[in-house]
Amino acid sequence: MAETLLSVRNVVIKFSLRGRVLTAIREASLDVQEGQTLAIVGESGSGKSVLTKSFVGMLDANGWVDSGSIMFEGEDLATFKSAKQWSRIRGKKIAMVFQDPMTALNPLRTVGKQIEETVTLHQQLTGHSAKQRTLELLADVGIDNPGDRYYQYPHEFSGGMRQRVVIAIAMSCQPRLLICDEPTTALDVTIQAQILELIRRLQEQHKLTVIYITHDLGVVAQVADKVAVMYAGDIIECGLADEVFYNAQHPYTWALLSSLPQLGVKGQRLFSIQGTPPNLFNAVTGDAFAPRNPSALKVDYILRPPVFNISPTHYAKTWLLDPRAPQIEPPPVIRNLHQFAGGQARA
Amino acid sequence: MSRETILELQNLSVEFRTRKSRQPFLAVDDVSFQLMRGETFGLVGESGSGKTTIGRTIVRINEATHGQVYFKGRRINGVIPAALDSEVTRRIQMIFQDPMASLNERAKVDYIVSEGLYNTRAYNDEAERQGKVEAALRAVGLLPEFASRFPHEFSGGQRQRIGVARALIMEPEIIIADEPISALDVSIRAQILNLLAALQQDKGLTYIFIAHDLSVVRFITDRVAVLSKGKIVELAETEELFSYPLHPYTQTLLSAVPLPNPVVQRKRRPLIYDPSQHDYTVDKPRWAEVRPGHFLWGSEPELDTWVAMG
Repeated sequence: MAETLLSVRNVVIKFSLRGRVLTAIREASLDVQEGQTLAIVGESGSGKSVLTKSFVGMLDANGWVDSGSIMFEGEDLATFKSAKQWSRIRGKKIAMVFQDPMTALNPLRTVGKQIEETVTLHQQLTGHSAKQRTLELLADVGIDNPGDRYYQYPHEFSGGMRQRVVIAIAMSCQPRLLICDEPTTALDVTIQAQILELIRRLQEQHKLTVIYITHDLGVVAQVADKVAVMYAGDIIECGLADEVFYNAQHPYTWALLSSLPQLGVKGQRLFSIQGTPPNLFNAVTGDAFAPRNPSALKVDYILRPPVFNISPTHYAKTWLLDPRAPQIEPPPVIRNLHQFAGGQARA
Repeated sequence: MSRETILELQNLSVEFRTRKSRQPFLAVDDVSFQLMRGETFGLVGESGSGKTTIGRTIVRINEATHGQVYFKGRRINGVIPAALDSEVTRRIQMIFQDPMASLNERAKVDYIVSEGLYNTRAYNDEAERQGKVEAALRAVGLLPEFASRFPHEFSGGQRQRIGVARALIMEPEIIIADEPISALDVSIRAQILNLLAALQQDKGLTYIFIAHDLSVVRFITDRVAVLSKGKIVELAETEELFSYPLHPYTQTLLSAVPLPNPVVQRKRRPLIYDPSQHDYTVDKPRWAEVRPGHFLWGSEPELDTWVAMG
């Protein structure tokens, strides 16, 4: 098995807001192997962006890593304090691509200059060699006529092309880990397919490790080797893509999959999750999903479920996996997905 | 489903002119279709394909450059009597994409939901208006007490329900839903789709569902029109279209939608659509019914190949 590139252990992240403390991440643990593609899924507010921002020291000023460790190349990122420490990692070793390429780029500077800026800063290239490297990067992310495009402004690029520029900036330092936060949400489906293909190609060429943050389970199915499902600041289920899609164990993962229109039957009601996620200003007791789970057990309201391993690569935090728990059948959609587990796919 | 035509578009074109360029931009190009009462009609296409412009032209926000729009047999584009204008406003309503942007932040829910009533004076006294607001809020699963609150007190899903209530209070016959769930969280999308389906059953509504997400379109619509550069290139009943997509653009669009199923998804390869493959210099394209209820835009040789390959 490949080397573990990033190892997150029991990370707690807190924010102070108007005198009150909010616990955004509640003891989340995660391992990412080199060259792997991990997808983090969950609804808004589940903490998927906050967790990944802590890998690059980009938490808002009122937030901090309260406990736990984030090991990357033998260093604990959770202990980083100064901008100087982060500048060795952020951009250089771990780069990030954001959702909206228009807000990520400076509208007043040419695309070429914006890429060249990072090249100059991180790789100490100047003048002709910096421009040469920029043109290479533009070509590498699939932009035709880089010589002309270099002098153009972001508004002269389409959404997909802009996202390619943002990816070029992220790739300029040859990072080991690329974090893509909803990279295709603002794009059309056909463009989305092209961007996902681009990231996959870059990943192969540069032996890149990629973390996707997304709520589109279709994208997850396409790109992910490994899937982490987040709910209320915790990773409640994590496993290889096939394990999470075909052998999901946590009721929240079931609910998420069942609510997809793609898996719904026409004319029938879609499954929808009732209620709202817990308020993270208050302490969460038991299983955070219990109040929205129609078949929650009594213990779910009292004790937080520990990690139950289903396979060496698959775990879930739900009391349903305790040997004493009653047998609860997953919803029909999940059982329909099960039949793909053997690989006999139906078109 | 009854076969009464409630809305008809005949050769609708919409042009936009800018001060700079003398060449007008053709956003909608000769679009025709009939909407049947009680059905859900999907308009799909990429951004810039003109799907929103069609919706906006039906509700008279944009003007039709050429062609006609008929609502229950009466023309509703261009200059029409004030009474008919008011009726169109009442009977054709819209739901917008982003519930964070489409509600007036400074107005209470009561005003937001009533605004259409105020504008069309569609109530006799204050008690009737309040009754209508209460009924509309209940219909979308909100509590009548919410009327005194402001939009920022609500979650995204609840805000979209307010947007639906605002449309419902006018007692519309047609609702044009422009990407009503694409700005919502995954877990809330299902709630809004269920709500729209339930309302359709209760009130016999007709929907035009504008979307780029084909998986949602397949789930909710009865018929689908695929738009490319302002033109309908294919139109068929939903299952027919998804089972036998014939136009290369439709095939590309379908191949690009990722399915939430890793084994299936890994085997799929997105197609690339090259518009230059259409050579219409010799053989002019036409609108042809190639299978029952399945229409296609293409030249004679193209139609033959596509049908043979499909």
